[in-house]
Amino acid sequence: MKHIKTINSALKKSVEKGGCGECQASVAQKC
Amino acid sequence: MVHKFRAGGLFLALDIFSNGVHILDELSYKLLDFAGEDMPQVCPSIAYEELKEYSKDDIDECYDELLELHKKGILFSNDTYAKIAESMGPAPIKSMCLNVAHDCNLRCEYCFAAKGDFGQGRMLMPLEIGKKAIDFMIEKSMGRHNLELDFFGGEPLMNFDVVKGVVEYARSREKETNKNFRFTITTNGMLLNEENIDYINKEMFNVVLSIDGCKETNDKMRVAPNGTGSYDLIIPKFKKLVEKRGKDKSYYVRGTYTHFNTDFAKDVMHLYDLGFDQISVEPVVCDKELPYALTDADLPLIFNEYDKLANEILTLKKNGSHINFFHFMIDLNGGPCAIKRLRGCSCGNEYVAVTPEGDIYPCHQFVGVEEFKMGNLVDNTFNNEMKKDFSAINVYKKEDCDNCFAKFYCSGGCTANNYQYGGGFFKPHKYSCELQRKRLENSIMIQALLAQN
Repeated sequence: MKHIKTINSALKKSVEKGGCGECQASVAQKC
Repeated sequence: MVHKFRAGGLFLALDIFSNGVHILDELSYKLLDFAGEDMPQVCPSIAYEELKEYSKDDIDECYDELLELHKKGILFSNDTYAKIAESMGPAPIKSMCLNVAHDCNLRCEYCFAAKGDFGQGRMLMPLEIGKKAIDFMIEKSMGRHNLELDFFGGEPLMNFDVVKGVVEYARSREKETNKNFRFTITTNGMLLNEENIDYINKEMFNVVLSIDGCKETNDKMRVAPNGTGSYDLIIPKFKKLVEKRGKDKSYYVRGTYTHFNTDFAKDVMHLYDLGFDQISVEPVVCDKELPYALTDADLPLIFNEYDKLANEILTLKKNGSHINFFHFMIDLNGGPCAIKRLRGCSCGNEYVAVTPEGDIYPCHQFVGVEEFKMGNLVDNTFNNEMKKDFSAINVYKKEDCDNCFAKFYCSGGCTANNYQYGGGFFKPHKYSCELQRKRLENSIMIQALLAQN
């Protein structure tokens, strides 16, 4: 792309997993 | 929803519902205004009229790039979180703040714990209450494996034998119950010595060392009962603890900035110059009538300090040095699951605080607020209805957050601060929101500049 550079791989993934509650208590956190 | 902003000489865009971060050129930055949420297949004609300084070919080429990102789901993406928010309910309790001491050997001016006793009288937790707290966690955590407990106060080192007793008891129950306890201790450092430093470094998953910055800043607020500052006494002890702790274990030096030091970037860098590389210096949140309360007039000064700090950190990182500033930490490629982003700390639901007398509250900031007492470990009482009420708190229940670009990074703010200073559980504390948004922009800017290099 000439005009835009995306620097990351994008929240969409986090919808597909989650809720196991095993992560450290906290958000901006490791699964 | 897309938030576009300029920072560090860059044109940047954050796609709210995907977390996509894009570095733009000036044309694409301007063209975003004409794209709109539903992104039509062809560039709206008004864009050609308004952006006359660019050729039609350039505009078309640029618009095609924006459209491609939209099709990939990382620009003007759809909200896939709302339906998750609707279906969330109570969850097992898996973390606890254990107030082993409602007493303190300092009298910090801004202390939310009423200078140590939470307004409940000075007392230390008996070991039996600590053991009951562990039993409570094991029972209420149900199938959860990882449990977290923070030794807090007051000053927990004033009751260190109980800290050790609780750790020993928890460890003795880990295997039979298939639990893994991770302990943290938060200390002002006054009572640190060789023996407890070694114990802390062995048993504590994380250590929080309280200090506000340089001597002048720290000793204005963090004073002993006789009014003398704590800086000279704690610095050598903190250095020793961190030196012996090793690089692979978590710690933070953690301070508070107030109206008296809105130039706090110098305090952060002072802590770094002392050899601490895990640093958090955070805004005081208090009654706005207090003399040290941050004011609206302070906001531009604070924003400027966050800019200064971002530049300092960027320079260090580019030179290969390690520094971690708590409020600039952001994981743009991973981060937590949707439920964590919607709930944040989940106080009163997955997280509770326990007092020396065994009273249970939704979190350490609610301790002493009688209407939110959830139960008592001695009486074996617990209010599951109140837990259910707290489990209903998430960012989608806060109207003020609807159009905020930071909502999946702060989850709608601190529940206790919202209740005490924002106007209710579902009313974010506006001042904290201003700071949160500024810090998020700077965090993204740091990542973008590092990615660009």
